[in-house]
Amino acid sequence: MALKGNLRDFSITQLLNLINVAQKTGTLVIEGPSEEIWVCFRDGKLAFARDGQEDGSLASVLFREKKISAAQFRAIKERAGAMSDKELGLLLINANYISQQDILASLQNYFVGIVNRLFTWVEGLFRFENNMMPPDDKITVRISLENLIIDGSRRVREWEQLQDEIPSLDMALKFTDRPGTNLRNVNLSVEEWRVVSYINPKNSIRQIAKTTNKSELEIRRIVYGLLQAGLVELIRPAGMPVPVPQGRPALPQASKDEQKSLINRIIGRIRSI
Amino acid sequence: MQTVKMVVTGPFNSGKTEFIRSVSEIDVVSTERKISSDSERVKDQTTVAMDFGRITVDDNLVLYLFGTPGQRRFDFMWEILSEGMLGFIVMVDSTRPETFREARNILETFRAYAPTPYVVVANKQDCKDAWDLEDMRIALRLDGRVKFLPCVATDKESVKNALLELLYSILEEMEKGEG
Ligand SMILES: Nc1nc2c(ncn2[C@@H]2O[C@H](COP(=O)(O)OP(=O)(O)O)[C@@H](O)[C@H]2O)c(=O)[nH]1
Ligand SMILES: [Mg+2]
Repeated sequence: MALKGNLRDFSITQLLNLINVAQKTGTLVIEGPSEEIWVCFRDGKLAFARDGQEDGSLASVLFREKKISAAQFRAIKERAGAMSDKELGLLLINANYISQQDILASLQNYFVGIVNRLFTWVEGLFRFENNMMPPDDKITVRISLENLIIDGSRRVREWEQLQDEIPSLDMALKFTDRPGTNLRNVNLSVEEWRVVSYINPKNSIRQIAKTTNKSELEIRRIVYGLLQAGLVELIRPAGMPVPVPQGRPALPQASKDEQKSLINRIIGRIRSI
Repeated sequence: MQTVKMVVTGPFNSGKTEFIRSVSEIDVVSTERKISSDSERVKDQTTVAMDFGRITVDDNLVLYLFGTPGQRRFDFMWEILSEGMLGFIVMVDSTRPETFREARNILETFRAYAPTPYVVVANKQDCKDAWDLEDMRIALRLDGRVKFLPCVATDKESVKNALLELLYSILEEMEKGEG
Protein backbone atom coordinates (compact mmCIF):
# COMPACT_ATOMS: atom_id res chain seq x y z
CA MET A 1 0.00 0.00 0.00
CA ALA A 2 0.90 3.61 -0.43
CA LEU A 3 3.73 5.35 1.30
CA LYS A 4 3.28 8.74 -0.21
CA GLY A 5 2.57 12.32 0.66
CA ASN A 6 4.03 15.79 0.52
CA LEU A 7 7.22 16.94 2.24
CA ARG A 8 5.29 19.98 3.38
CA ASP A 9 3.34 17.71 5.71
CA PHE A 10 5.69 14.82 6.30
CA SER A 11 9.26 15.96 6.47
CA ILE A 12 12.36 14.35 5.03
CA THR A 13 13.56 13.79 8.61
CA GLN A 14 10.42 11.82 9.36
CA LEU A 15 10.79 9.85 6.14
CA LEU A 16 14.40 8.93 6.83
CA ASN A 17 13.39 7.89 10.33
CA LEU A 18 10.72 5.63 8.92
CA ILE A 19 13.04 4.06 6.36
CA ASN A 20 15.74 3.60 8.99
CA VAL A 21 13.57 2.04 11.67
CA ALA A 22 11.62 -0.18 9.25
CA GLN A 23 14.89 -1.09 7.46
CA LYS A 24 13.23 -0.55 4.12
CA THR A 25 14.57 -1.49 0.71
CA GLY A 26 13.44 0.55 -2.26
CA THR A 27 13.50 3.97 -3.84
CA LEU A 28 12.17 7.22 -2.49
CA VAL A 29 11.08 9.39 -5.41
CA ILE A 30 10.58 13.07 -4.67
CA GLU A 31 9.16 15.49 -7.19
CA GLY A 32 10.10 19.05 -6.42
CA PRO A 33 8.85 22.11 -8.29
CA SER A 34 11.67 21.92 -10.84
CA GLU A 35 13.46 18.62 -10.39
CA GLU A 36 13.05 15.04 -9.33
CA ILE A 37 15.29 13.23 -6.89
CA TRP A 38 15.62 9.47 -6.44
CA VAL A 39 17.14 8.05 -3.28
CA CYS A 40 17.63 4.31 -2.98
CA PHE A 41 17.90 2.40 0.27
CA ARG A 42 18.87 -1.15 1.07
CA ASP A 43 17.84 -2.51 4.48
CA GLY A 44 17.34 1.01 5.75
CA LYS A 45 20.76 2.25 4.63
CA LEU A 46 21.42 4.85 1.94
CA ALA A 47 22.62 3.02 -1.17
CA PHE A 48 22.35 5.46 -4.04
CA ALA A 49 20.97 8.88 -4.98
CA ARG A 50 20.33 10.70 -8.15
CA ASP A 51 19.16 14.19 -9.05
CA GLY A 52 17.23 14.12 -12.32
CA GLN A 53 18.83 17.34 -13.43
CA GLU A 54 22.40 16.22 -12.96
CA ASP A 55 24.69 13.83 -14.74
CA GLY A 56 25.10 11.29 -11.95
CA SER A 57 27.58 9.08 -13.79
CA LEU A 58 30.70 7.97 -11.95
CA ALA A 59 32.91 10.09 -14.24
CA SER A 60 30.89 13.16 -13.47
CA VAL A 61 30.93 12.47 -9.73
CA LEU A 62 34.70 11.98 -9.74
CA PHE A 63 35.06 15.23 -11.60
CA ARG A 64 32.84 17.10 -9.12
CA GLU A 65 34.82 15.63 -6.26
CA LYS A 66 38.03 16.75 -7.99
CA LYS A 67 39.40 13.23 -8.39
CA ILE A 68 39.82 13.71 -12.12
CA SER A 69 40.52 16.83 -14.18
CA ALA A 70 38.19 18.46 -16.70
CA ALA A 71 40.32 17.12 -19.54
CA GLN A 72 40.20 13.59 -18.15
CA PHE A 73 36.46 13.88 -17.65
CA ARG A 74 36.03 14.93 -21.29
CA ALA A 75 38.26 12.13 -22.51
CA ILE A 76 36.29 9.53 -20.56
CA LYS A 77 33.03 10.91 -21.85
CA GLU A 78 34.27 10.80 -25.45
CA ARG A 79 36.05 7.49 -25.46
CA ALA A 80 34.34 5.51 -22.74
CA GLY A 81 30.87 6.95 -22.94
CA ALA A 82 29.20 3.57 -23.24
CA MET A 83 31.06 2.07 -20.32
CA SER A 84 29.06 1.34 -17.19
CA ASP A 85 30.03 2.88 -13.85
CA LYS A 86 31.23 -0.46 -12.55
CA GLU A 87 33.40 -1.08 -15.61
CA LEU A 88 34.88 2.39 -15.47
CA GLY A 89 35.53 2.05 -11.75
CA LEU A 90 37.33 -1.24 -12.24
CA LEU A 91 39.37 0.21 -15.07
CA LEU A 92 40.50 3.17 -12.99
CA ILE A 93 41.33 0.96 -10.01
CA ASN A 94 43.25 -1.53 -12.16
CA ALA A 95 45.15 1.30 -13.79
CA ASN A 96 46.18 2.29 -10.28
CA TYR A 97 44.74 5.69 -10.96
CA ILE A 98 42.37 5.82 -8.06
CA SER A 99 41.64 3.57 -5.11
CA GLN A 100 38.39 1.79 -4.51
CA GLN A 101 38.11 3.72 -1.27
CA ASP A 102 38.37 7.03 -3.12
CA ILE A 103 35.63 6.01 -5.49
CA LEU A 104 33.32 4.96 -2.69
CA ALA A 105 34.09 8.10 -0.68
CA SER A 106 33.34 10.29 -3.69
CA LEU A 107 30.05 8.56 -4.31
CA GLN A 108 29.12 8.76 -0.63
CA ASN A 109 29.79 12.48 -0.59
CA TYR A 110 27.76 12.97 -3.68
CA PHE A 111 24.78 10.91 -2.46
CA VAL A 112 24.78 12.52 0.97
CA GLY A 113 24.87 15.92 -0.73
CA ILE A 114 21.73 15.08 -2.66
CA VAL A 115 19.93 13.91 0.46
CA ASN A 116 21.01 17.04 2.32
CA ARG A 117 19.53 19.13 -0.45
CA LEU A 118 16.19 17.59 0.37
CA PHE A 119 16.28 19.07 3.87
CA THR A 120 15.94 22.49 2.26
CA TRP A 121 12.87 21.56 0.26
CA VAL A 122 9.70 22.86 1.79
CA GLU A 123 7.52 21.12 -0.72
CA GLY A 124 7.67 18.02 -2.86
CA LEU A 125 5.49 15.03 -3.59
CA PHE A 126 7.10 11.84 -2.42
CA ARG A 127 6.43 8.18 -2.88
CA PHE A 128 8.32 5.10 -1.84
CA GLU A 129 8.70 2.33 -4.42
CA ASN A 130 9.27 -0.87 -2.51
CA ASN A 131 12.19 -2.97 -3.72
CA MET A 132 13.00 -0.69 -6.65
CA MET A 133 16.79 -0.39 -6.86
CA PRO A 134 19.23 1.27 -9.28
CA PRO A 135 20.40 -0.73 -12.31
CA ASP A 136 22.99 -3.42 -11.60
CA ASP A 137 25.80 -1.55 -13.30
CA LYS A 138 25.60 1.30 -10.79
CA ILE A 139 27.92 1.33 -7.80
CA THR A 140 26.07 1.47 -4.51
CA VAL A 141 27.22 2.36 -1.02
CA ARG A 142 26.00 1.63 2.50
CA ILE A 143 25.52 4.66 4.71
CA SER A 144 23.67 4.58 8.04
CA LEU A 145 20.93 7.14 8.21
CA GLU A 146 21.38 8.10 11.86
CA ASN A 147 24.00 10.73 11.13
CA LEU A 148 22.04 12.18 8.25
CA ILE A 149 18.98 12.45 10.45
CA ILE A 150 20.79 14.05 13.37
CA ASP A 151 22.49 16.45 10.99
CA GLY A 152 19.17 17.39 9.46
CA SER A 153 17.51 17.77 12.84
CA ARG A 154 20.10 20.35 13.83
CA ARG A 155 18.57 22.54 11.17
CA VAL A 156 15.05 22.40 12.57
CA ARG A 157 14.42 25.83 13.96
CA GLU A 158 10.70 25.93 14.12
CA TRP A 159 9.67 26.16 17.70
CA GLU A 160 6.19 24.95 16.89
CA GLN A 161 7.31 21.77 15.20
CA LEU A 162 9.62 20.93 18.07
CA GLN A 163 6.91 21.59 20.58
CA ASP A 164 4.57 19.30 18.70
CA GLU A 165 7.18 16.58 18.61
CA ILE A 166 7.97 16.83 22.31
CA PRO A 167 4.91 18.27 24.00
CA SER A 168 6.02 17.60 27.55
CA LEU A 169 9.46 18.11 29.06
CA ASP A 170 8.35 16.08 32.05
CA MET A 171 8.83 12.86 30.14
CA ALA A 172 12.08 10.95 30.45
CA LEU A 173 14.21 9.24 27.80
CA LYS A 174 15.53 5.76 27.46
CA PHE A 175 17.78 4.20 24.85
CA THR A 176 15.90 2.04 22.40
CA ASP A 177 16.70 -1.63 22.37
CA ARG A 178 16.27 -1.81 18.63
CA PRO A 179 18.89 -4.15 17.20
CA GLY A 180 21.59 -2.57 15.10
CA THR A 181 21.61 0.83 16.76
CA ASN A 182 24.92 1.85 18.14
CA LEU A 183 25.49 5.25 19.63
CA ARG A 184 29.19 4.98 18.96
CA ASN A 185 28.65 5.17 15.22
CA VAL A 186 26.84 8.46 15.48
CA ASN A 187 28.61 11.79 15.17
CA LEU A 188 27.39 13.85 18.09
CA SER A 189 28.63 17.25 19.13
CA VAL A 190 30.11 17.74 22.59
CA GLU A 191 26.89 19.39 23.74
CA GLU A 192 24.83 16.52 22.39
CA TRP A 193 27.05 14.02 24.17
CA ARG A 194 26.54 15.88 27.43
CA VAL A 195 22.80 15.48 27.01
CA VAL A 196 23.20 11.82 26.09
CA SER A 197 25.23 11.17 29.21
CA TYR A 198 22.26 12.15 31.37
CA ILE A 199 19.73 9.96 29.59
CA ASN A 200 18.18 7.73 32.16
CA PRO A 201 14.58 6.72 32.89
CA LYS A 202 14.91 8.61 36.18
CA ASN A 203 15.74 11.99 34.63
CA SER A 204 13.03 14.09 33.05
CA ILE A 205 13.98 16.07 29.96
CA ARG A 206 13.48 19.20 32.02
CA GLN A 207 16.04 18.03 34.59
CA ILE A 208 18.52 17.19 31.85
CA ALA A 209 18.05 20.65 30.34
CA LYS A 210 18.66 22.27 33.70
CA THR A 211 21.78 20.23 34.43
CA THR A 212 23.29 20.82 31.01
CA ASN A 213 22.25 24.45 30.92
CA LYS A 214 20.07 24.25 27.86
CA SER A 215 17.10 26.35 26.90
CA GLU A 216 13.82 24.62 26.10
CA LEU A 217 14.43 25.14 22.40
CA GLU A 218 17.95 23.70 22.55
CA ILE A 219 16.99 20.64 24.54
CA ARG A 220 14.00 19.99 22.32
CA ARG A 221 16.13 20.18 19.20
CA ILE A 222 18.70 17.73 20.54
CA VAL A 223 16.07 15.31 21.81
CA TYR A 224 14.24 15.58 18.51
CA GLY A 225 17.37 14.50 16.62
CA LEU A 226 17.93 11.53 18.90
CA LEU A 227 14.29 10.51 18.66
CA GLN A 228 14.22 10.76 14.88
CA ALA A 229 17.44 8.83 14.59
CA GLY A 230 15.64 6.07 16.49
CA LEU A 231 18.21 6.12 19.29
CA VAL A 232 15.94 7.03 22.18
CA GLU A 233 12.29 6.88 23.09
CA LEU A 234 10.07 8.92 25.38
CA ILE A 235 8.88 7.28 28.58
CA ARG A 236 7.18 8.34 31.75
CA PRO A 237 9.94 9.02 34.29
CA ALA A 238 10.56 6.21 36.74
CA GLY A 239 9.07 7.02 40.12
CA MET A 240 6.80 9.75 38.78
CA PRO A 241 3.42 9.28 40.40
CA VAL A 242 0.67 8.47 37.95
CA PRO A 243 -1.59 11.48 38.14
CA VAL A 244 -5.10 10.71 39.25
CA PRO A 245 -7.52 12.56 37.05
CA GLN A 246 -9.48 15.13 38.93
CA GLY A 247 -13.07 14.48 39.62
CA ARG A 248 -14.67 11.18 40.16
CA PRO A 249 -13.03 7.93 39.19
CA ALA A 250 -14.40 5.99 36.23
CA LEU A 251 -16.04 3.36 38.35
CA PRO A 252 -16.93 4.76 41.73
CA GLN A 253 -17.04 2.70 44.90
CA ALA A 254 -17.39 -0.55 43.04
CA SER A 255 -15.29 -3.53 44.06
CA LYS A 256 -12.86 -5.01 41.56
CA ASP A 257 -15.26 -7.85 40.81
CA GLU A 258 -18.14 -5.48 40.20
CA GLN A 259 -15.96 -3.38 37.94
CA LYS A 260 -14.89 -6.38 35.93
CA SER A 261 -18.42 -7.62 35.64
CA LEU A 262 -19.46 -4.21 34.36
CA ILE A 263 -16.79 -4.27 31.66
CA ASN A 264 -17.77 -7.83 30.75
CA ARG A 265 -21.38 -6.73 30.37
CA ILE A 266 -20.31 -4.01 27.96
CA ILE A 267 -18.17 -6.50 26.05
CA GLY A 268 -21.11 -8.87 25.72
CA ARG A 269 -23.36 -6.10 24.51
CA ILE A 270 -20.93 -4.79 21.91
CA ARG A 271 -20.30 -8.27 20.55
CA SER A 272 -24.03 -8.58 19.96
CA ILE A 273 -24.47 -5.31 18.05
CA MET B 1 -29.18 3.58 36.08
CA GLN B 2 -25.41 3.73 35.72
CA THR B 3 -23.69 5.49 32.84
CA VAL B 4 -20.11 5.10 31.70
CA LYS B 5 -18.28 6.74 28.86
CA MET B 6 -15.48 6.35 26.41
CA VAL B 7 -13.93 9.13 24.38
CA VAL B 8 -13.09 9.09 20.69
CA THR B 9 -10.52 11.68 19.72
CA GLY B 10 -8.20 12.44 16.84
CA PRO B 11 -7.45 15.12 14.26
CA PHE B 12 -10.18 16.83 12.28
CA ASN B 13 -11.75 14.62 9.61
CA SER B 14 -10.18 11.42 10.90
CA GLY B 15 -13.57 9.73 11.15
CA LYS B 16 -14.71 10.22 14.74
CA THR B 17 -18.31 11.04 13.89
CA GLU B 18 -18.50 8.14 11.44
CA PHE B 19 -17.04 5.76 14.01
CA ILE B 20 -19.60 6.67 16.66
CA ARG B 21 -22.44 6.66 14.16
CA SER B 22 -21.66 3.07 13.17
CA VAL B 23 -22.52 1.66 16.59
CA SER B 24 -24.72 4.24 18.23
CA GLU B 25 -28.36 3.38 18.73
CA ILE B 26 -29.33 7.04 18.54
CA ASP B 27 -28.55 9.46 15.78
CA VAL B 28 -25.24 10.97 16.64
CA VAL B 29 -25.94 14.25 18.30
CA SER B 30 -23.62 16.96 17.18
CA THR B 31 -23.57 20.01 19.34
CA GLU B 32 -22.36 22.62 16.94
CA ARG B 33 -20.97 25.67 18.54
CA LYS B 34 -19.17 28.69 17.30
CA ILE B 35 -15.80 29.10 18.86
CA SER B 36 -13.96 32.33 18.49
CA SER B 37 -11.08 33.49 20.57
CA ASP B 38 -9.16 36.72 20.20
CA SER B 39 -6.40 35.17 18.17
CA GLU B 40 -8.91 33.65 15.80
CA ARG B 41 -11.09 36.62 15.31
CA VAL B 42 -9.05 37.57 12.28
CA LYS B 43 -9.82 34.26 10.66
CA ASP B 44 -13.19 32.83 9.93
CA GLN B 45 -15.13 31.58 12.85
CA THR B 46 -14.53 27.92 13.41
CA THR B 47 -17.38 25.55 13.91
CA VAL B 48 -16.71 22.75 16.29
CA ALA B 49 -18.82 19.69 16.51
CA MET B 50 -18.91 17.55 19.60
CA ASP B 51 -20.64 14.26 18.99
CA PHE B 52 -22.11 11.74 21.23
CA GLY B 53 -23.61 8.32 20.71
CA ARG B 54 -25.27 5.85 23.05
CA ILE B 55 -25.21 2.10 23.52
CA THR B 56 -27.67 0.66 26.05
CA VAL B 57 -25.94 -2.29 27.68
CA ASP B 58 -28.84 -3.54 29.81
CA ASP B 59 -31.56 -2.22 32.07
CA ASN B 60 -29.04 -0.73 34.45
CA LEU B 61 -26.16 0.38 32.31
CA VAL B 62 -25.62 2.81 29.42
CA LEU B 63 -22.38 3.48 27.58
CA TYR B 64 -21.85 6.87 25.99
CA LEU B 65 -19.31 7.53 23.28
CA PHE B 66 -18.03 11.08 23.03
CA GLY B 67 -16.28 12.42 20.00
CA THR B 68 -14.05 15.34 20.66
CA PRO B 69 -11.83 17.53 18.52
CA GLY B 70 -8.19 16.83 19.10
CA GLN B 71 -6.77 20.29 18.60
CA ARG B 72 -4.82 21.71 21.45
CA ARG B 73 -7.04 24.71 21.74
CA PHE B 74 -9.82 22.38 22.83
CA ASP B 75 -7.86 21.03 25.78
CA PHE B 76 -10.54 22.34 28.07
CA MET B 77 -13.02 19.92 26.48
CA TRP B 78 -10.66 17.12 27.23
CA GLU B 79 -10.57 17.90 30.87
CA ILE B 80 -14.32 17.90 31.01
CA LEU B 81 -14.70 14.73 28.99
CA SER B 82 -11.88 12.71 30.47
CA GLU B 83 -13.44 12.95 33.89
CA GLY B 84 -14.62 9.48 34.66
CA MET B 85 -13.95 7.95 31.27
CA LEU B 86 -13.17 4.24 30.99
CA GLY B 87 -10.69 4.71 28.20
CA PHE B 88 -10.13 6.48 24.94
CA ILE B 89 -9.62 5.87 21.26
CA VAL B 90 -7.31 7.96 19.09
CA MET B 91 -8.37 7.94 15.45
CA VAL B 92 -5.87 8.61 12.69
CA ASP B 93 -6.69 9.10 9.02
CA SER B 94 -4.38 6.59 7.29
CA THR B 95 -4.48 8.57 4.06
CA ARG B 96 -3.26 11.87 5.48
CA PRO B 97 0.31 11.75 6.75
CA GLU B 98 0.12 15.48 7.35
CA THR B 99 -2.10 14.74 10.35
CA PHE B 100 0.17 12.12 11.93
CA ARG B 101 2.12 14.63 13.90
CA GLU B 102 -1.02 16.13 15.35
CA ALA B 103 -2.34 12.69 16.18
CA ARG B 104 0.87 11.84 17.96
CA ASN B 105 0.74 15.11 19.79
CA ILE B 106 -2.78 14.40 21.03
CA LEU B 107 -1.66 10.98 22.12
CA GLU B 108 1.52 12.07 23.87
CA THR B 109 -0.15 14.93 25.63
CA PHE B 110 -2.68 12.58 27.15
CA ARG B 111 -0.34 9.73 27.71
CA ALA B 112 1.60 12.09 29.91
CA TYR B 113 -1.31 12.72 32.20
CA ALA B 114 -4.27 10.43 31.54
CA PRO B 115 -3.67 7.03 33.10
CA THR B 116 -6.64 5.34 31.42
CA PRO B 117 -6.17 2.63 28.79
CA TYR B 118 -6.36 3.62 25.13
CA VAL B 119 -6.10 2.19 21.65
CA VAL B 120 -4.99 3.88 18.44
CA VAL B 121 -6.97 3.26 15.30
CA ALA B 122 -5.70 3.55 11.71
CA ASN B 123 -8.90 4.61 10.02
CA LYS B 124 -9.89 4.65 6.34
CA GLN B 125 -7.92 1.49 5.61
CA ASP B 126 -10.33 0.88 2.72
CA CYS B 127 -8.87 3.82 0.79
CA LYS B 128 -6.25 3.13 -1.81
CA ASP B 129 -3.96 5.84 -0.45
CA ALA B 130 -3.99 4.37 3.03
CA TRP B 131 -0.57 3.87 4.58
CA ASP B 132 0.48 0.49 5.91
CA LEU B 133 0.06 -0.04 9.61
CA GLU B 134 3.75 -0.82 10.14
CA ASP B 135 4.76 2.47 8.54
CA MET B 136 2.17 4.39 10.51
CA ARG B 137 3.28 2.79 13.76
CA ILE B 138 6.77 4.15 13.22
CA ALA B 139 5.58 7.55 12.04
CA LEU B 140 3.30 7.83 15.05
CA ARG B 141 6.09 6.53 17.26
CA LEU B 142 3.86 3.94 18.91
CA ASP B 143 5.82 1.38 20.79
CA GLY B 144 5.09 -2.28 20.23
CA ARG B 145 2.91 -2.57 23.31
CA VAL B 146 0.37 0.01 22.17
CA LYS B 147 -2.66 -1.54 20.51
CA PHE B 148 -2.83 -0.19 16.98
CA LEU B 149 -5.77 -1.42 14.92
CA PRO B 150 -6.81 -1.17 11.29
CA CYS B 151 -10.27 0.31 10.92
CA VAL B 152 -12.95 1.34 8.48
CA ALA B 153 -15.26 3.54 10.50
CA THR B 154 -18.17 2.99 8.15
CA ASP B 155 -17.98 -0.75 8.81
CA LYS B 156 -19.71 -1.76 12.02
CA GLU B 157 -17.62 -4.90 12.59
CA SER B 158 -14.45 -2.92 12.37
CA VAL B 159 -15.70 -0.37 14.89
CA LYS B 160 -16.88 -3.13 17.23
CA ASN B 161 -13.45 -4.67 17.06
CA ALA B 162 -11.77 -1.41 18.09
CA LEU B 163 -14.17 -0.95 21.01
CA LEU B 164 -13.67 -4.54 22.12
CA GLU B 165 -9.89 -4.23 22.02
CA LEU B 166 -10.13 -1.17 24.21
CA LEU B 167 -12.41 -3.01 26.64
CA TYR B 168 -10.00 -5.97 26.78
CA SER B 169 -7.23 -3.51 27.67
CA ILE B 170 -9.38 -2.05 30.41
CA LEU B 171 -9.96 -5.53 31.83
CA GLU B 172 -6.26 -6.33 31.68
CA GLU B 173 -5.47 -3.12 33.48
CA MET B 174 -7.91 -4.08 36.26
CA GLU B 175 -6.36 -7.50 36.57
CA LYS B 176 -2.89 -6.00 36.78
CA GLY B 177 -4.11 -3.71 39.54
CA GLU B 178 -5.16 -6.77 41.49
CA GLY B 179 -1.86 -8.56 41.23
N1 LIG C 1 -13.53 5.66 2.92
C1 LIG C 1 -13.72 5.97 4.21
N2 LIG C 1 -14.18 7.18 4.54
C2 LIG C 1 -14.35 7.48 5.85
C3 LIG C 1 -14.02 6.54 6.86
N3 LIG C 1 -14.28 7.12 8.05
C4 LIG C 1 -14.75 8.36 7.79
N4 LIG C 1 -14.78 8.59 6.46
C5 LIG C 1 -15.19 9.83 5.80
O1 LIG C 1 -14.27 10.85 6.17
C6 LIG C 1 -14.91 12.09 6.36
C7 LIG C 1 -14.67 12.61 7.76
O2 LIG C 1 -15.30 11.77 8.72
P1 LIG C 1 -15.91 12.34 10.06
O3 LIG C 1 -16.45 11.18 10.82
O4 LIG C 1 -16.81 13.47 9.82
O5 LIG C 1 -14.59 12.91 10.75
P2 LIG C 1 -14.41 13.70 12.14
O6 LIG C 1 -14.07 15.11 11.79
O7 LIG C 1 -13.27 13.04 12.81
O8 LIG C 1 -15.70 13.57 12.90
C8 LIG C 1 -16.37 11.83 6.07
O9 LIG C 1 -16.62 12.18 4.73
C9 LIG C 1 -16.53 10.34 6.28
O10 LIG C 1 -17.58 9.80 5.51
C10 LIG C 1 -13.50 5.24 6.46
O11 LIG C 1 -13.16 4.38 7.26
N5 LIG C 1 -13.37 5.03 5.12
MG1 LIG D 1 -17.00 15.05 13.45
